[in-house]
Amino acid sequence: MTAKGPQKKQFPIQEGLFTWPSDHPQLIGSKCKKCGEVAFPAQKGCPACTGAEVENILLSTRGTLWTWTIQAFRPPSPPYTGPDTPDNFVPYGLGYVELPEGVRVESRLTENNPAKLKFGMEMELVIEKFKEDKDGNELMTFAFKPVGK
Amino acid sequence: MAGRDIAIIGIGIHPFGRVEGQTGMEQGVVAARRAMADAGVTWDKIQFAFGGSLDGGSPDTMVRFLGLTGIPFTNVVNACATGGSALFGAYTTINSGAWDLGIVIGFDKHPRGAFAVDVTRQGIGSWYGETGLAINPQFFGMKINKYMHDYGISLDTLVKVAVKNFKNGAMNPNAWRKRALTYEEIANSQMVCYPLRQYMICSPGQGAIALVVCSAKEARKYTTKPIYLRADAFRTRRFGSFEVLSPSQPLRFTPGPTVEAAKAAFEMAGIGPEDIDIAQLQDTEVGAEVMHMAETGLCKHGEQEALIQAGETEINGKLPVNTDGGIMASGEPVGASGLRQIYEICLQLRGDAGQRQVPKPVKTGFTQVYGAPGVSCCTVLAK
Repeated sequence: MTAKGPQKKQFPIQEGLFTWPSDHPQLIGSKCKKCGEVAFPAQKGCPACTGAEVENILLSTRGTLWTWTIQAFRPPSPPYTGPDTPDNFVPYGLGYVELPEGVRVESRLTENNPAKLKFGMEMELVIEKFKEDKDGNELMTFAFKPVGK
Repeated sequence: MAGRDIAIIGIGIHPFGRVEGQTGMEQGVVAARRAMADAGVTWDKIQFAFGGSLDGGSPDTMVRFLGLTGIPFTNVVNACATGGSALFGAYTTINSGAWDLGIVIGFDKHPRGAFAVDVTRQGIGSWYGETGLAINPQFFGMKINKYMHDYGISLDTLVKVAVKNFKNGAMNPNAWRKRALTYEEIANSQMVCYPLRQYMICSPGQGAIALVVCSAKEARKYTTKPIYLRADAFRTRRFGSFEVLSPSQPLRFTPGPTVEAAKAAFEMAGIGPEDIDIAQLQDTEVGAEVMHMAETGLCKHGEQEALIQAGETEINGKLPVNTDGGIMASGEPVGASGLRQIYEICLQLRGDAGQRQVPKPVKTGFTQVYGAPGVSCCTVLAK
């Protein structure tokens, strides 16, 4: 990933979701020091054991597709802030990717053809532009793409 | 709580169609008056009330229409499980001995289109909704997609559930959708969240139901056909169950609140799923009806395919499910749906379901409602 030229920047859609800027971005989760459960995004407490000692961890960028669906209509705004309109909306895939740290994260997918999505397929993290802000800077979000594509 | 039945002695409904010129609350008042007339009581005799509505306003303000009698009137909101949890309030109130005669009212009138969720009110960052992850049908699409893969449920079976519910709805004068959509219309309708198409998912709607309830020992004073609420169990999700609006999931499998509420309801009633003659199951979308058949214990995971293909969940089948057309035909007015399930079971147990009356004798019914972010209420009803 290379940053754009000096006039326009790339910002994450939400600070703290993933490392940015980075040549090897990773999602930021949290791990409970007491019971070991992992959550994403990073939480301040543990929903599993109710413990309050958690630490941030960087999540692996590769996992397997646990389940998925295709969003076929433009979500209502608010809260959706995509740059598309109901007329030029392109369906997007989304699903849960199971990561080696012991967590399944919900994510947009780069593939929107149901015939090309298979349960258990290898996926890898990408950071992609979601939209531009009013100054032309890119707001970036995370997604998973099939490995090998 | 076990063994302390309460009785439903009056039921009332405002039709579940798109009606202009009447607010959700006004529909609630209509349902309340009909339920009281059915029970042969008047508002001044009602000792307590529970009211549920998401978008219809504060139910306790209905007293301005019904009468300012000074009674305790509690408002309830638990997303799509609102009706069920409102009834749970009445169940525990009567069982506590505090009061003997009360009313439960559920109503709603939602705008058209998908429910827009404000995730920031549920503890999730705004990025989640902004990037298009906060759409309820996505969860249902993902859950049924995995379930079909794991347990061999076919798309054909899902479409047939929709066909059944619309067909039943066409025989229900209080349903919203009164035309039985064809298999082709359903299977070819607009894709919403794969694999769910438009006519496989409920729409937000409007309507109202009211139930007059009393302690079981008083029931025969009011009616010759009391329906006993033998069990009412209300549960919420535990860590690890797969629920809507979850940016991440752990790997461990935990049964959802429906599983726990159903089990608790059967234990309270002292019966098993095999004793149920007729059921109302949450059909937010047709896959939910299928999955809930197993989550409640009414069948094993995977058995739904054979049962539905053989027509066993039809009105004339071994286990009729959603004989009034369910949420698919009635629409989803969040405050009322859980109570609509009970309304239909009461009609069936009374023998008053008209064209929809199941031909076999029915003594015991079951209802299950589910709402975000992981709430379920289950009841056992008996003659």
